[in-house]
Amino acid sequence: MIHQYKFGEYNIVIDVCSGALHIVDDPTYDIISMFEASNRDTVISKTAEKYKDISLDEIEECYAQVAGLKESGKLFTEDTFEPMAGTLKAKTSGVVKALCLHIAHTCNLNCSYCFASQGKYHGERALMSFDVGKRALDFLIENSGTRRNLEVDFFGGEPLMNFDVVKKLVEYARSIEKEKNKNFRFTLTTNGVLVDKDVIDFANREMSNVVLSLDGRKEVHDRYRVDYSGNGSWNKIVPKFQEFVKARGGKNYYMRGTFTHANPDFLEDIKTMLDLGFTELSMEPVVAAEGDPAALTEADKPIVLKQYEELARLMLKRDKEGRPFTFYHYMIDLKGGPCIYKRISGCGSGTEYMAVTPWGDLYPCHQFVGDEKFKLGDIWKGVDNTAVQNEFASCNVYAREDCRDCWAKLYCSGGCAANAYHSTGSVRGIYKYGCDLFRKRMECAIAVAVARELGDAE
Amino acid sequence: KHVKTITKGGCGECQTACKIANQACEN
Repeated sequence: MIHQYKFGEYNIVIDVCSGALHIVDDPTYDIISMFEASNRDTVISKTAEKYKDISLDEIEECYAQVAGLKESGKLFTEDTFEPMAGTLKAKTSGVVKALCLHIAHTCNLNCSYCFASQGKYHGERALMSFDVGKRALDFLIENSGTRRNLEVDFFGGEPLMNFDVVKKLVEYARSIEKEKNKNFRFTLTTNGVLVDKDVIDFANREMSNVVLSLDGRKEVHDRYRVDYSGNGSWNKIVPKFQEFVKARGGKNYYMRGTFTHANPDFLEDIKTMLDLGFTELSMEPVVAAEGDPAALTEADKPIVLKQYEELARLMLKRDKEGRPFTFYHYMIDLKGGPCIYKRISGCGSGTEYMAVTPWGDLYPCHQFVGDEKFKLGDIWKGVDNTAVQNEFASCNVYAREDCRDCWAKLYCSGGCAANAYHSTGSVRGIYKYGCDLFRKRMECAIAVAVARELGDAE
Repeated sequence: KHVKTITKGGCGECQTACKIANQACEN
């Protein structure tokens, strides 16, 4: 399977199953598009007819090079990965390596678009106790097998509303990680309201990454991100975030924005963040039910897709100006990315990755918390709902019929189970709107990577 | 040259921002 597209001056051909990327000239691009459906003479005559200023010898040379790529297994490569789809999960069955610790099911903001219903996850307000958190870390170590890298995200709600417990849990983990031969990587997601010098010093010492919620333009951010009196939070948090990022040396953070039906032109929000001095950016489509006023519509889609293209051009332009920035979804390492076993096995939710509620219940990931039928078990007795866990374990790129003919399947690994469930009622479904956005993001990400690889940042 | 080309069960050490292609191999 191949995918070919044009981006700026580049004609890009992705050979999906070999992973080879080809950057080709115009006649070769056309030859590839006809190669499998027509015979050699037809392809060459049609190409010669279109490119009258190119000699027949040269067109035959193009054809020969395409044929050579196919022969060497770098073009039109067959998909032979399906039998391997369960290998990594089978090999690591029962191993847990990452937890999303719901340290606080409460929040000091009242954002109406929050997928976690203002941090309460459709339940009662709650803070995780140190004892529950400590047991969660012990559960992670006990179930991590030979994995050395263990990841714990402090999440909510607003985790800084339970900051003392966060600090004690990190201290506990650091006290045992050497003895257990583990390496804890902590991350913190915060709305910024409670960020102060103490938080900054602690996070810079202990957090391998911090995720800072900012939606961009003041009027966009303050539309949804308000306190319980209805006041916008932009003025309060932006100076705190600027201080936070400066203290981190401008590294190991993401400004994490959400775009909605109110701002499908989210590139303007990215530009605002750049103007504020932030350079590590992640801007994500809202998770909202169809019909929700914040939900993206079909009419928004072409606007959003255009933003992704313009964003790629902006990145290359700023590269050339010596002012680079990072966009999370365009951060693709062409040569050091995940191996094929990871690419076909899915994200690991419900198997190697779980969410822990303030009272110690286990869920497949943070987006399923509060939906009782997805409860996997708890941190004392482990997973006892094996039916749900097996359903997640079998989620891979080949478990979804709609993914079979998609060129992007080895980049998304079948996509997000939560998005699939919320849009189709099945964790093996397909969130088609999200797929359209994902494919565009991958086209742009690969184009940016190709431009950088070839040293042609325009 | 009309073409420029550029990308042995897994170990699972790679990292599990937004809440797979963007990951790096950590073996």
